[in-house]
Amino acid sequence: MARAATNRRKLGLTLLAWSIGIVIFFPILWTALTSFKTEAEAVASPPSFLAFHWTLENYTEVQQRSDYFLHFMNSVIVSLGSTLAGLLVAVPAAWSMAFVPGRRTRDVLMWMLSTKMLPPVGVLIPIYLLFRDTGLLDTRVGLVIVLTLINLPIIVWMLFTYFREIPGEILEAARMDGAGLKAEILYVLLPMAVPGIASTLLLNVILAWNEAFWTLNLSASQAAPLTAFIASYSSPEGLFYAKLSAASTMAVAPILVLGWFSQKQLVRGLTFGAVK
Amino acid sequence: MGEIVLKQITKSFGDISVIPPLDLTIANGEFVVFVGPSGCGKSTLLRLIAGLEDVSSGTIRIDGKDATALPPAQRGLAMVFQSYALYPHMTVRNNIAFPLKMARLDKAAVDRKVEAAAAVLNLTGYLDRRPGQLSGGQRQRVAIGRAIVREPTAFLFDEPLSNLDAALRVNMRLEISELHASLGTTMIYVTHDQVEAMTMADKIVVLNAGRIEQVGSPIELYSRPRNRFVAGFIGSPRMNFIEGEAARGDGADTIGIRPEHLVLSTDGGRWSGTVSVSEHLGSDTFVYVQVDGIGTLVARAGGEFPVRHGDRVWLTPQAEKLHRFDAAGNALSSLASGKKVA
Repeated sequence: MARAATNRRKLGLTLLAWSIGIVIFFPILWTALTSFKTEAEAVASPPSFLAFHWTLENYTEVQQRSDYFLHFMNSVIVSLGSTLAGLLVAVPAAWSMAFVPGRRTRDVLMWMLSTKMLPPVGVLIPIYLLFRDTGLLDTRVGLVIVLTLINLPIIVWMLFTYFREIPGEILEAARMDGAGLKAEILYVLLPMAVPGIASTLLLNVILAWNEAFWTLNLSASQAAPLTAFIASYSSPEGLFYAKLSAASTMAVAPILVLGWFSQKQLVRGLTFGAVK
Repeated sequence: MGEIVLKQITKSFGDISVIPPLDLTIANGEFVVFVGPSGCGKSTLLRLIAGLEDVSSGTIRIDGKDATALPPAQRGLAMVFQSYALYPHMTVRNNIAFPLKMARLDKAAVDRKVEAAAAVLNLTGYLDRRPGQLSGGQRQRVAIGRAIVREPTAFLFDEPLSNLDAALRVNMRLEISELHASLGTTMIYVTHDQVEAMTMADKIVVLNAGRIEQVGSPIELYSRPRNRFVAGFIGSPRMNFIEGEAARGDGADTIGIRPEHLVLSTDGGRWSGTVSVSEHLGSDTFVYVQVDGIGTLVARAGGEFPVRHGDRVWLTPQAEKLHRFDAAGNALSSLASGKKVA
């Protein structure tokens, strides 16, 4: 009896989880399906789910009209570049906060997090002007800088929670063994923190890849990543749903594949060091 | 080589003073044990010597050179931690080789020294394992191996045996003592276990609330404790303290007598009482006696002393082994020798 009840419960939970999963995934699935329809079918009402005339013409047209590869490379450079630059700054910062905390360390951490509470649009104009005057508008370097700064609080926080799980005595042992600060971090701390660093890296690549507000506002053509590539297919008139869907699918596919292969690391990253 | 001199060093964390001004000289080749109850500052003192904490004032000289401001890496000391603090991502070989690699020795020399250390510590078969695959005793050996390959000026041990089980602890105690005998290098060893202190030390430093209560050889501390704290801390079971009327008869505020210096008798003696518990250890019997008007005293009898709960017994202290303390707890001159205890 008890076993039957547990099984029913399990079945219920599984169904619930799958339903939620499908609801969340549905927009992406629908986008992907729409990308294979003709423009007429894309706006047909009622929409057809699978019984439509499958076509690749949207993809060929998108490919002809814009340079997917350029935007793809921009996305790769901007998301990887900003994540690596962020790690470079965040590793020493998180090291000092985790292993030599001062009286104000907590406050500094909270302050860094509070910058994420600021509405980005509030600082858009000053940053835009700054970028215009320094010639950083529509450059990859400019986007790397701004995305590094945007995601830095999250990188520091994640690394901080991982570093805190590492016993300080091991680092002290390294110091006693003659390691300077650089050797201590390179040969002892980082290898021990590899799982944490990997999930930090993955999460931030995804965040940077998907970031649209700053990339849309600070780039035009040369440095525009895939977010801008998608946006260029949305227009106030004409039929564009199918082509927009094709562009979106091409833009999210790489990161979707990356996410799929690194699920385990991501789950660990997203639980934020809460579970050991 | 290996002399460590602490001069007027202090340490405070914020407003809290952990170590008041303290002077201590550790001679080359000595095995010195810092002992005291938890929170007495013994680990802090060790960490100050190691350079893992900065002194608030005072100077530390190692090997004749001022090391007060040197980082730990440049003090030439090696440390064995309570948690072993091995590098979990490295094999035993790389753990032991780490300090040598930091010193930029060439690979051949590193390999030779690692092999030699592993042979001394019976780790040769485990060199390619990770610390996670070793037992507690083996991990401790790796930690010691990592310390000895550097040929340091002095070894620092921070309660290295407290995570081991009782049998292993006795073994490792012997191994460390043998290591000291064969290397002849200065060793500073922190423990709260007075048995470790008594068995291993050339010189014991008894600490209490950051202050040095007494420095001396194990036997000195045992037979001529300078105050009540040292008297109570050294020796197991601890010294019996008697206050009030009985003590005033000996001209002191408190008298102390160790369990092994109380003569037990079933016919007569100075104090009488009833047995509450008797612990038979085989070699010894410890008898807890509820003495009328004094309280519980512990006495050591031979292996077979046939008493049981409720029996009436008499206790007589050996006069020459009686310790007398004044109201502040300082030792008064011993009755037998008539000398003032310094």
